[in-house]
Amino acid sequence: MTVDSTAARKPRGGKRAGAKKPAAGAGEPELVQLLTPEGERVEHPDYAIDVTPEELRGLYRDMVLTRRFDAEATTLQRQGELGLWASLLGQEAAQIGSGRATRDDDYVFPTYREHGVAWCRGVDPTNLLGMFRGVNNGGWDPNENNFHLYTIVIGSQALHATGYAMGITKDGADSAVVAYFGDGATSQGDVAEAFTFAAVYNAPVVFFCQNNQWAISEPTEKQTRVPLYRRAQGYGFPGVRVDGNDVLACLAVTRAALERARTGQGPTFVEAFTYRMGAHTTSDDPTRYRRDEERELWEAKDPILRLRRHLEREGLADDEFFAALEAESDALAKRVRETVRAMPDPESTAIFENIYADGHALVDEEREQFIAYQASFADEESK
Amino acid sequence: MATEKLSIVKAINASLRTALENDPKVIVMGEDVGKLGGVFRVTDGLQKDFGEDRVIDTPLAESGIVGTAIGLALRGYRPVVEIQFDGFVFPAYDQIVTQLAKMHARALGKIKMPVVVRIPYGGAIGAVEHHSESPESLFAHVAGLKIVSPANASDAYWMLQQAIQSDDPVIYFEPKRRYHDRSEVDTEAIPGPLHTARTVRQGTDLTLVAYGPMVKTCLEAAAAAAEEGRNLEVLDLRSISPIDFDAVQASVERTRRLVVVHEAPVFFGSGAEIAARITERCFYHLEAPVLRVGGYHAPYPPSRLEDEYLPGLDRVLDAVDRALAY
Repeated sequence: MTVDSTAARKPRGGKRAGAKKPAAGAGEPELVQLLTPEGERVEHPDYAIDVTPEELRGLYRDMVLTRRFDAEATTLQRQGELGLWASLLGQEAAQIGSGRATRDDDYVFPTYREHGVAWCRGVDPTNLLGMFRGVNNGGWDPNENNFHLYTIVIGSQALHATGYAMGITKDGADSAVVAYFGDGATSQGDVAEAFTFAAVYNAPVVFFCQNNQWAISEPTEKQTRVPLYRRAQGYGFPGVRVDGNDVLACLAVTRAALERARTGQGPTFVEAFTYRMGAHTTSDDPTRYRRDEERELWEAKDPILRLRRHLEREGLADDEFFAALEAESDALAKRVRETVRAMPDPESTAIFENIYADGHALVDEEREQFIAYQASFADEESK
Repeated sequence: MATEKLSIVKAINASLRTALENDPKVIVMGEDVGKLGGVFRVTDGLQKDFGEDRVIDTPLAESGIVGTAIGLALRGYRPVVEIQFDGFVFPAYDQIVTQLAKMHARALGKIKMPVVVRIPYGGAIGAVEHHSESPESLFAHVAGLKIVSPANASDAYWMLQQAIQSDDPVIYFEPKRRYHDRSEVDTEAIPGPLHTARTVRQGTDLTLVAYGPMVKTCLEAAAAAAEEGRNLEVLDLRSISPIDFDAVQASVERTRRLVVVHEAPVFFGSGAEIAARITERCFYHLEAPVLRVGGYHAPYPPSRLEDEYLPGLDRVLDAVDRALAY
């Protein structure tokens, strides 16, 4: 008996699939890959993609700026400007590839590390920092860029995404939803329930799991005994594993999954096989649970370096491009730094704001007491 | 005027029907709410008339029901979800507390969460465990939620209308032991505000405060006390978050004695909150400490013992005696 998921690799639209790529290694599930770590373009029978040189440079720019933003945020945390930061280092391709596959009218439900996806959705990166600085618990209007608030409770948002997708179906619209979560979240009941609901209602949702190998200190083996992408088969929709450090493969696979969703073919589970090169958050110490050799192994698969090699190999970008991007990165970092440092603490009465849309007598009463209490100090001072 | 004598079940059914008719964004979802019409028949006939797209039989997954309702609300829908029984809400408790309650605040007020969670609650129906609990305090403790509980058919109809129209999440606790009590419902009346208490019996000697299933018990206790020459006031709280403390205060300032009655365990219950606040507000008016009558700090017992566990006439009257003895 085989438990291997083949649904995602079935030929679609009457087109016969070509010969499958040989598996990466004995017992290892096949990854969809379009760009080797050396920057060489390869074809996959199910995921053909046509990308212009300009688009390639755009993807490179997105990844470089996102990494720079992320590095700046980490620095700001070290300097005491942020209370915490969850770095995406190493996951740029998974996020930019999938994020660039979305359309403006699609809706994205992130976890708390999707800074690259936020970038693709047009969210100003400085908006992401308010929560980590401690000036708010969210901080942006989700409907402005169809990018929902970060969700800290692992996997909760998979259900919100599914419900939103059910609403799209009800509206007769052809947009779709992407729910992001990590390998650890696949152990949560909410993710399992989201799979059930999405399958039963054929919801236009793409579950995009960034398997970065570690849920804080716990390796993927502590979450599952089968490759994660195979989970989908049990729910009745396709699961596919993509090289999460290959921006083109992530773009192509997510695009195909979104197309399935738009055309009424229901959900897809995408497992982006990648690696969190840094710590879980700035509070974490990965040296306690993983070896340097592992990181070095993955550094060789660096998503940004990989595309740079390709651009250089094919002569698609010149020194001028890279220099200009370097300058743009510096400018972004400078803006982020300045914006964060200028971010004021909220007014103290913000504690009582926006708890209820229609008001609540107890909140009103406690707000008044709080204001009176604070004012009592002002009276003291003026005496 | 469209006045009808309805049971609470029929009043909720009529209210859902009205909401489905008036607003295409209203959807009803839950386990068995469609073809079966709900295990209590509260949603009877709704799927037949509004279709599977508006009255949705869901998978048996409470977190999934509330979690997807949140997503639907983000898409502009107004879901009314049914949790089949009180004790089954806990798989959804995480979604209600960490997500539903906080979404509006986290988005700095930019998005709204018009989700109603209907929960048949309370005991005295001879059920097995997890089917008779009163978890309202566990929700009242959470900012961002509103909690109401009707005690009669008219409130059942109107409070649900108002809950559905609210842009805030509302937990709507249905007194399941009173489901078949019938009373007048005027579906064209102009209802009072959702979160105000109502005096259901005027009196001078002591105030009984209750909500949901215990309102009737307190009215019966007041009637029994009247035979002994005691004139008790009964207040139906109607809303548990927020609580209409002004109404309780006004009553206690007149009667000078207060007994709070609910089915939920007394320890850390809504009665504790009312006792503390009223003691603060009415310290110099009170002739006796505020007393509470409710469940014990024990799991809801097997049904053969529930009459001992639940506040009945005798326990309410005993508390009245103690309060009046000061």
